[in-house]
Amino acid sequence: MSSIAEPLPAETLSGESLPPKRVRRPRAPITTRKLILSVIAYAVALVFVLPYVFMVLTAMRPASDISAPTLLPDHFDFSNFTSIWSTGFGSNLGASLIVAGGATVLVLLVAVPAAYYCARRRFRGRMLFLVMVLATQMFQPAAMLVGIQREFIQFNLPPLVSLILINGGFNMAFAIWILTAYFSSIPAELEEAAMVDGSSRLGALGRITLPLAMPGIMTALIFTFIAAWNEFIVALTLTLGQSSGNTPLTVAINNYIGQYSIDWGHLFAGSVIATVPVIILFAAIEGRVVGGLTAGSIK
Amino acid sequence: MSTNVPRANPLRRFTPLLWVGPAAALIIGVVIWPVVVMATTSTLNISPDGFNLGSAGLGNYRELFQEIALPGVLMRTAVWVVGVVVVTMVVSLLLAQLFNQAFPGRRVARWALIAPWGASVMMTSLIFRWALNAQNGVVNVILHDLGLVNLGTDQADWLGRPVAAFVWMMAVAVFVSLPFSTYAILAGLQTMDSAVYEAARVDGASPWRIYRSITLPLLRPALIVATLINVINVFNSFPIIWEMTRGGPGYSTSTTTTFMFILKQSYIGESAALSVINFAIVVIVALVFLKVAKWKDQVD
Repeated sequence: MSSIAEPLPAETLSGESLPPKRVRRPRAPITTRKLILSVIAYAVALVFVLPYVFMVLTAMRPASDISAPTLLPDHFDFSNFTSIWSTGFGSNLGASLIVAGGATVLVLLVAVPAAYYCARRRFRGRMLFLVMVLATQMFQPAAMLVGIQREFIQFNLPPLVSLILINGGFNMAFAIWILTAYFSSIPAELEEAAMVDGSSRLGALGRITLPLAMPGIMTALIFTFIAAWNEFIVALTLTLGQSSGNTPLTVAINNYIGQYSIDWGHLFAGSVIATVPVIILFAAIEGRVVGGLTAGSIK
Repeated sequence: MSTNVPRANPLRRFTPLLWVGPAAALIIGVVIWPVVVMATTSTLNISPDGFNLGSAGLGNYRELFQEIALPGVLMRTAVWVVGVVVVTMVVSLLLAQLFNQAFPGRRVARWALIAPWGASVMMTSLIFRWALNAQNGVVNVILHDLGLVNLGTDQADWLGRPVAAFVWMMAVAVFVSLPFSTYAILAGLQTMDSAVYEAARVDGASPWRIYRSITLPLLRPALIVATLINVINVFNSFPIIWEMTRGGPGYSTSTTTTFMFILKQSYIGESAALSVINFAIVVIVALVFLKVAKWKDQVD
């Protein structure tokens, strides 16, 4: 499957293709230039991860050591990771899973059929719909917070349901664009052949097209989940004064900032725990991130 | 005009609605309708606890423009957006060029680049708030060890001084914006045809000349998309300022987004008025940008 939407594996990212005669030489010698390049690149990479290294290191500082003016903890200690659960962190984790999981399911349920239909049929209003989707990519919840808050107060929806709808609505544009490109790249003839063999249209879609579109679906799934998982401002607004079971992780972590003091140990332990699902998901789409990140917006 | 084909079930006309309808409904209900609610709210007199006390006409807008903090907030927003986006794009161009080179372990190094995107912006902002703590923040500890700063002094209290705080927050905003822009440009670089470069090199063009005449023009679509998305994100950016200074001291580090959030706590109508203005600014900037960048030519 090589199509416009097929995200390229990281290895093919090199813009330079080697001249043929050099391709299979045992091993390219490491030149000084190459050495300097890699040193600079690793230094840059270190800058990018260093803040998060300190996040982990601070989370492992014992309470007695956390305000010491030292670079490294005097000893490592996991008490922040164990005691955090007594602050209601488990229910916050649950709330985040409900919101991010719910939003992801919602996005896939509405975006897959819409993208499929837009890719296969030229119907009246198609352009209007696609322009509407593109326009929502420019909208951000932060810009319309007042409207969102008042709308959901009017309808009196539970906060978690509101958060699922909002995260779903604002992240759907990306999913529809990337999936439309994906479905367009899968030849309709494959489905027609299955239908000639006695399959129904939906059967052909389910057995032929959806499996082929799986990489695109996975990308949309993971991007939606991470965006909803990390969303902060709407959750902060809609869960104000709610019990912890209704408060997603980002808001709960923010709540470790008290009026007079900050519980840095729990704050960073919570942040470390909250990052684990994101790392797992990234590992699952390794190499596909690059194409996925841009295919939806550039194509 | 009549057709020879027997008329199909009239309900067929509604088939597209079956496939596309739920998505359209979600967009209208969640993304477009709040804009309408926001616009109507901006003309209402709403009490701090959310009760509608009737129409306010344009009163909310009048009061908003009488806010003493507003001119400063608007100025800072312009500095924030232009500064962060320009620095992000320039640094991204350099980083993309660097990470497009072949070197051992490139894949791992590229992975590190994604870190700020995977972590929530709220967490990243809090890490920097901690690192800039005047007593024991890691930035200050390092500067102290180098003999540049005394711990616990005013000098070390970066976030307590409006200008220093704002510069640090802009740096954090650049930091979290880099992954997306860099990857967008990397993706643009990978589509380039090496034959063109080969030809240019044979013609004796210098590397800088090749970059300016070939690479940059070819990167145009990627640059346009990345810049536009950055403008929208940076303009609406909230967690960085909120977590690092709460927009203070006073309103001295607020942009329109955080100012709108602060107003919302007590003056909902006025906050809605500012939201409407914010929203209009984003739409106008995006449209002007697309016009100037000749987006249409890129899509066709």
